[in-house]
Amino acid sequence: MAGRVKELYRELVERAHTVTSAAQHEDSTVIQVGNATCENAAGSREVLHEFRKYIAASGKEDRIVLRETGCTGRCSCEPIVGVTRPGQTMVKYQKVDAEATHRIFTQHVLEGHPVPDLLLDAQMGTSPLKLLFCRSRRCADSMQGDYAEMCREKLADAGLDYVVDDIVSANCFGLCRSEMVGRLGHLMVLPDKVVYRLRNEADLDTIIAQHIQGGRIVDTLRIGDEPFSGRFFEMYGDVAFFNRQDRIALRHSGVIDPESLQEYIAEDGYQALAAVLERDDPAWVIEQVSRSRLRGRGGGGYPTGTKWDMARKAQADTKYIICNADEGDPGAFMDRSMLEGDPFSVLEGLTIGGYAIGARKGFFYIRAEYPLAIKRIQHAIDQARLNNLLGPDILGSGFDFDVEIRLGAGAFVCGEETALIHSIEGRRGEPRIRPPYPTESGLWGKPTVINNVETFANIAVVCDYGADWFANIGTAESGGTKVFALAGKVEHTGMVEVPMGMTLREIVFEIGGGVPDGKELKAVQTGGPAGGCLPAKWLDLPVDFRTLGEAGSIMGSGGMIVMDEDDCMVDIAKFFLVFSQDESCGKCTPCREGSRRMLEILERITGGTGTPQDLDNLERLAILMQKSSLCGLGRAAPNPVLSTLREFRDEYLAHVEEQRCPAHRCVALLRFQIDPEKCVGCTACARNCPVLCIQGKAKQVHEIDQSRCIKCGRCVEVCRFSAVDRL
Amino acid sequence: MTHPTPAVTDHWDQVREAAEAVLGDEIVEYIRTAAAQPEPASELISVLHKVQARYGYLDTEHLDAVAQLLQVPAATVSGVATFYHFFRLNKPARYSISVCMGTACYVKGADKVVNRLQEELGIDIGETTSDGLFGLQQARCLGTCGLAPVMMVNDDVLSRVTPEAIPAILDRYAKQSRQDSS
Repeated sequence: MAGRVKELYRELVERAHTVTSAAQHEDSTVIQVGNATCENAAGSREVLHEFRKYIAASGKEDRIVLRETGCTGRCSCEPIVGVTRPGQTMVKYQKVDAEATHRIFTQHVLEGHPVPDLLLDAQMGTSPLKLLFCRSRRCADSMQGDYAEMCREKLADAGLDYVVDDIVSANCFGLCRSEMVGRLGHLMVLPDKVVYRLRNEADLDTIIAQHIQGGRIVDTLRIGDEPFSGRFFEMYGDVAFFNRQDRIALRHSGVIDPESLQEYIAEDGYQALAAVLERDDPAWVIEQVSRSRLRGRGGGGYPTGTKWDMARKAQADTKYIICNADEGDPGAFMDRSMLEGDPFSVLEGLTIGGYAIGARKGFFYIRAEYPLAIKRIQHAIDQARLNNLLGPDILGSGFDFDVEIRLGAGAFVCGEETALIHSIEGRRGEPRIRPPYPTESGLWGKPTVINNVETFANIAVVCDYGADWFANIGTAESGGTKVFALAGKVEHTGMVEVPMGMTLREIVFEIGGGVPDGKELKAVQTGGPAGGCLPAKWLDLPVDFRTLGEAGSIMGSGGMIVMDEDDCMVDIAKFFLVFSQDESCGKCTPCREGSRRMLEILERITGGTGTPQDLDNLERLAILMQKSSLCGLGRAAPNPVLSTLREFRDEYLAHVEEQRCPAHRCVALLRFQIDPEKCVGCTACARNCPVLCIQGKAKQVHEIDQSRCIKCGRCVEVCRFSAVDRL
Repeated sequence: MTHPTPAVTDHWDQVREAAEAVLGDEIVEYIRTAAAQPEPASELISVLHKVQARYGYLDTEHLDAVAQLLQVPAATVSGVATFYHFFRLNKPARYSISVCMGTACYVKGADKVVNRLQEELGIDIGETTSDGLFGLQQARCLGTCGLAPVMMVNDDVLSRVTPEAIPAILDRYAKQSRQDSS
């Protein structure tokens, strides 16, 4: 039986390679356009349509291939278009519109001249040479000494520093698997697309002499065809954004066509499932997952291996496994991106999980608000069934497993596992008391494992590359990477995948590009409505489940929102509480009543009628609610309030003692005033004021009647001379 | 749970026919398939999704008909329909505008967009204009935070919306509606 799995998988791989290579002629140009919810919102549908028109008009349909992929997470630069001419690296363009499409097509696709002003991250500049040293733990530990520094010195000594624009210690390249033996490090040379293995200083000397000075690639040290390395450059043309990231859960997002099983298999997809079925030992899978130190990515951080082990050991005729894709945190979109960009990897992870715990039926619980994700997952399920990767007797192994989609209907509390189970059962999504835990008694009373999308996206990699490799990427407590949705007041908003233990500073400033308009960072909010606001003093905190918890926030599912000096922390706390209060299911009193009373207090404070006593009441209520609520929603809902009370107490005090909002955000505490120095008397404010409380003749200084002002801020918006101050 | 037990209503045939007439063939067929599944009651939410996709909202008579055909108590159906935000219990406007109130949109000024919409349309959140053309809602995070602030008009996602852009956006849809009807 075992041999049969291998045989059937090999057939699938061969078929996949035939299909994918038939689609890509060696001499054809490939145009890649993102197709995901955010890409589409930014206008990628129109871009795709334009390209189709141009290709048809050019009569070169056989030489120009138009591909659709998921998104790589560069939200602020979308729509993104990649062009690969025969034998060349992919060139990526940002913020492409109809006009840009025309230029890209005529100049680059047809003539072969890239369009410089449209390039992605063009402002970062392309250098003569860029050297990246892998600084993953495996590379750094085995290479004694700092090779990046050594290299810098050697180049300076040889008078070659002008050739090299930048030397970077980058995150793990992911090459460790076949390179596990002996002492090794890795060096990548850009833009030449070469990765070297470094055994010692002599190797470095050889590379400097031959490659950097002589311009000849050192074949003896060059790494051959590795899954992550060989395609690294084709995958991400925009290395500046990515060289500090690790892409594991997002390994295929924006790279493959999410609606092509063949492309997924050609990228080693389903290799892990085949290997697992071939081995025929569920306990091995669980041991791998445990050793990998993979923790639940939905936010709780429970060790996945332990959860699976409990479900495996539970005695029952039927067991279930559920993928929780009810991503409801405001500000989080990692799961949607993975479902849209790489649905097969999540499905493969779910299938392996089902096999490991002994389930024959799995569910995707997806938000109804994600129509494209639902469509992609349904498509993936259908394709997998057609190819014997789902359904009865998968790959001839005797393992039966099928998957069904259930739609959420917009209830945040359904992210809680017992509420989610109730929702799948067709009931109101209200949580219940645990224990019993779902691994013991879950869906229809059967042992059930529920994991998040990102957790499943990691499973195939753990099986493929080994638990130790995965564990080594993260920290001592938590293996692998975490995907964050970086948003708010940050230059590059988008999806970021980094190893556990990276600091907030690196994420926000080095990957995210810092706060725009030269403003000061005030706080980083992690964990959504269940998390807290971390002030700038925590920027050097290594990000992990425990460290974030100790700092007063939580990891959460991965929303990360950057706030600057213009954001009022009391207002932010109120914002999250409005959300939690609205989403409270009403089953238990502490959450239902507590959230409402807390919100009333916060409304008083931001409305200018708060008293110092309110702060104490707020704190007491918050702690009470934390301790006595039934489920995670109620227990975590006070976190934004408590963390801001602790870290930004002065802001609260300014509101209640001086009736002042330091960030000029809380409207009731604002006063609008016209600066006589700046006012030119253009009458714009007076004409636009809805209550006509601005007096003044044309070409004379205007004045606001404070007693009638409703503080709508319209005058600030319409003034072209910045003459209206918010005080 | 077992398959739905045969109804014991006196005029079951009339009741069934009435329910089927309310929901239409496509949904009746869907419910029939669902009722044959091992856990028919668990299909309630997906049936409600179907009904809303077909009729735009869940009317009381839809809920009653679903209860009859799926043989689930009407109280349960109504309990589920009112619990989940996604289900609408009132007839929606021709163009339903949802402004994302996720954190990223909020810090980028979604509240100002809402204010401007209220001003232009003369309605509050949750209301529909008297001509039935526009309805205004606040939405949970639409997961498009990189393009904040974001709003949806029916299925169109509009990104980086500013208060100044609102009148032109509304004009466009009003014009579209006039074209559709002429």
